[in-house]
Amino acid sequence: MSRAGKIARRTFLIGSAAIAGGVAFGVYMAKKPIPNPLLDDLKDGEAAITPFVKIDANGITLITPRADKGQGAYSIQAYLIAEELDIDPATATITPGMPRQAYYNATVLGEGVPIPAYKEGFVADTLRDFMSVPAKLLSIQMTGGSSTVPDGFDRMRLAGATARETLKEAAARRVGVARGDLRTENGAVILPDGTSIAYTDLAAEAAEIDPITNVTLRPASAWRYLGKPDLPRLDMLRKCTGTEVYGIDMEFQDMLHATVRANPAVGTAGARVDASAAEAMRGVEKILPVSNGVGVIANNTWRAFQAAEVLEIEWSAPDYPGTSDGIFAALEQALGDPDSYDHRQRDEGDVDAALEAGEIIDARYRIPYLAHAPMEPMNAVVRVLEGQVEIWTGTQIPLFIRDRAATIAGVAPEAVKVYVLPMGGSFGHRLEMTHVEQAVELALAVPGRHLKLTWSREEDMSHDYPRPASVAAGRGQVADGKVVAFDLSVSQSAMAPEWFGRLSGMSLPGPDATITTGSWDQPFAIPNYRVTGYRAPSMVPVSSWRSVGASGNGFYHDSFLDELIHAAGADPLAERILLCLHEPARKVLEAVGEMSGWDGPSMAEGRGRGVGFCMSFGVPCAQVIEVTQTEAGIRIDQVYVAVDVGEVLDPTNLEAQVFGGVIFGLGHAMNCALTYEDHAPLETNYHAYEGMRLYQAPQIEVRALSNGSRIRGVGEPAVPPAAPALANAIFAATGQRIRELPLNKHIDFV
Amino acid sequence: MKLTVNGTEYEVDVEPEMPLLWVLRDELHIKGPKYGCGIAQCGACTVHVDGMAVRSCQLPVGALEGEVTTIEGLGTPESLHAVQAAWVAHQVAQCGYCQSGQIMQAAALLDLNPAPTDEEIDAVMSANLCRCGTYPRIRAAIHDAAQKLSEA
Repeated sequence: MSRAGKIARRTFLIGSAAIAGGVAFGVYMAKKPIPNPLLDDLKDGEAAITPFVKIDANGITLITPRADKGQGAYSIQAYLIAEELDIDPATATITPGMPRQAYYNATVLGEGVPIPAYKEGFVADTLRDFMSVPAKLLSIQMTGGSSTVPDGFDRMRLAGATARETLKEAAARRVGVARGDLRTENGAVILPDGTSIAYTDLAAEAAEIDPITNVTLRPASAWRYLGKPDLPRLDMLRKCTGTEVYGIDMEFQDMLHATVRANPAVGTAGARVDASAAEAMRGVEKILPVSNGVGVIANNTWRAFQAAEVLEIEWSAPDYPGTSDGIFAALEQALGDPDSYDHRQRDEGDVDAALEAGEIIDARYRIPYLAHAPMEPMNAVVRVLEGQVEIWTGTQIPLFIRDRAATIAGVAPEAVKVYVLPMGGSFGHRLEMTHVEQAVELALAVPGRHLKLTWSREEDMSHDYPRPASVAAGRGQVADGKVVAFDLSVSQSAMAPEWFGRLSGMSLPGPDATITTGSWDQPFAIPNYRVTGYRAPSMVPVSSWRSVGASGNGFYHDSFLDELIHAAGADPLAERILLCLHEPARKVLEAVGEMSGWDGPSMAEGRGRGVGFCMSFGVPCAQVIEVTQTEAGIRIDQVYVAVDVGEVLDPTNLEAQVFGGVIFGLGHAMNCALTYEDHAPLETNYHAYEGMRLYQAPQIEVRALSNGSRIRGVGEPAVPPAAPALANAIFAATGQRIRELPLNKHIDFV
Repeated sequence: MKLTVNGTEYEVDVEPEMPLLWVLRDELHIKGPKYGCGIAQCGACTVHVDGMAVRSCQLPVGALEGEVTTIEGLGTPESLHAVQAAWVAHQVAQCGYCQSGQIMQAAALLDLNPAPTDEEIDAVMSANLCRCGTYPRIRAAIHDAAQKLSEA
């Protein structure tokens, strides 16, 4: 490719919308207020003071547009509103509402700017804030990127405060006193004489008032819910009694049950189908083609599964390699190849000259495709009736689903209703919508009937849109006990453009930042420091997996840094602290040192400890892992984690998310890979792909710090440091340096 | 075919080889037991048959002998079983999808072994998969429930 071409490709789409002339127009367009969607179908006596609060005579409804996939979004959004509204959120109805532009995610694209999260100050913060402009214009109502809390922290509290002040204004007008003389408590306005008027009683009058938007948020010292220990999750009781209704639990009178078998080589259609045996089976109503496969409609899920299994289908093959060996060969070929160059966002000092100064330390790494494999397989209920489409499903992308369903059904987007349900996990899987497309296609064949499509576990795992496989090469140089050169190259298929293209039909020009996210942006000062991304061809279709680019880059960057520090003869933790140029990041490293009583990687005979660090989604997270080499294999004894999200809103759930992130990171690093043969993964159920089971789960101790200057989310940042911390601990205990995941290809675990 | 679930007798017209899970979910509309894998690898479908923890996805309804209890029959939001109360107290659930099965398995464990050690908990509960990583709190909640049950 020509040099000019390379330079052109270095403008990131998300960045370029803000940088290259889009801002002025974009800001103007985006500043036009978005209509409050609740006003569209408000009934008499109902007040929708903001898009997030609806009140009528019977009760208060809080709209929590970020979807709950287990991370606690449902609860924290309700608490954010309730904190300012002065209600007990357990007494309110809490619903995600209909997907609308008003619920755009202003934060999720913010980390796409070409400035690392540890760099603060005017330019960086301005760029990040401008990212809300394309998000608003693109109407991205999306859950992901650990963005629910940073995006909702001010917005949802402001919604609560606006509703509160408007209700006070309604009471003030009714009784003829100044609003400033009123206060609120537990869902009521309190008059100066102590009389209280319930919000529900003020709804009709509040609806007549222009919302009071000139409000001041309360300081943290005045919070009742936020930041308090033992804040209960509002969905906990349902989840412990089998009464939570997930997408898969939706039930309608006379509902049909369907499943599909689609080509595991996603993107290419099936060539020949023999459905004769399946058609004769009990309860089977219809067998129909769907995009890239065949759908079975029956009167019971199991009967649909049984029939799908006996379909004889000859799949057509795509033109990318069909085996893991072939895929890794293609990744290796792109690594370092000038024609595959994608981007270089970090290039400090003179790396080439520094590498020539002595013997180069060389290391090659690779990581496999990984399935999300949430416990609840993909499913959706769809009904098509008289030009209207209704969809019930657990999803992170309701607006993309609305628009795609409209296209498939040939109706306007406004004719599609998407009811977002709680999700039995996601880890990024529900950023895809193939199952919904298939459900709409099948529902069109049975107009007026509710149809529930459920993927079998095998269908789910072979159509997972996995975390990309990738390979990396590190080259480095040490001198006088210091790391002097760090040069990392990573090769991966382009993930973000593939994903965005699938959802929107639009192409994302420019480089794919996910190839190096989590390695180019780490807060360390090394005199000669370079990270380069290479784009391998598109192969297995890939998508975001909990912590996205950082899931692999965290392993590459921190593993190689550990190797160089070891080669320099320095202490792994002390040297990371010395190299660190970001105060909150340094503090989390110091904290894990203190928590673990760190006195070097060596412990008693057969034991060792390793440190791992990654800053992702703006959150620095450090982990120290202690392991023992036993006769049955490596046992993880203890994990110490320090993390800084700026401000902790829910300590109990933060700990849960860190436990979960560490276990997710460790379990997959130890035990999991999708291995391809004939374009399909060999691992199609949990016997071959477990993540982690309870017997392997270590003791985990968590400390949350608050030195960061912006509030951040904690759903993902604990994942990336786990793999390198474990690999570094294994090195300390055994002397074996493992550079390929899963680790159990090279060493046994208890 | 007749079966008794949570104290209620039902009559269903299904193939005897249909797994109990799908009879519960699609014929009787009892949704607490979940489909996760269909091959007894995840435990999300765990129910009790005469008090024993059973993977309902692998039990053909024709082979069922005994009364079935699902999570809905173990306790209700108004009247929690000790294991459920411990789960709430320890804020165990994240996505919650596996927790019906985890709770049914834990209740059966405590029925047989009122004071399990960590090793015994690991041995029994490792057959129930949780992809969110709630394991540390599952361990703690089981110890807590054991304590509460022994005091009762």
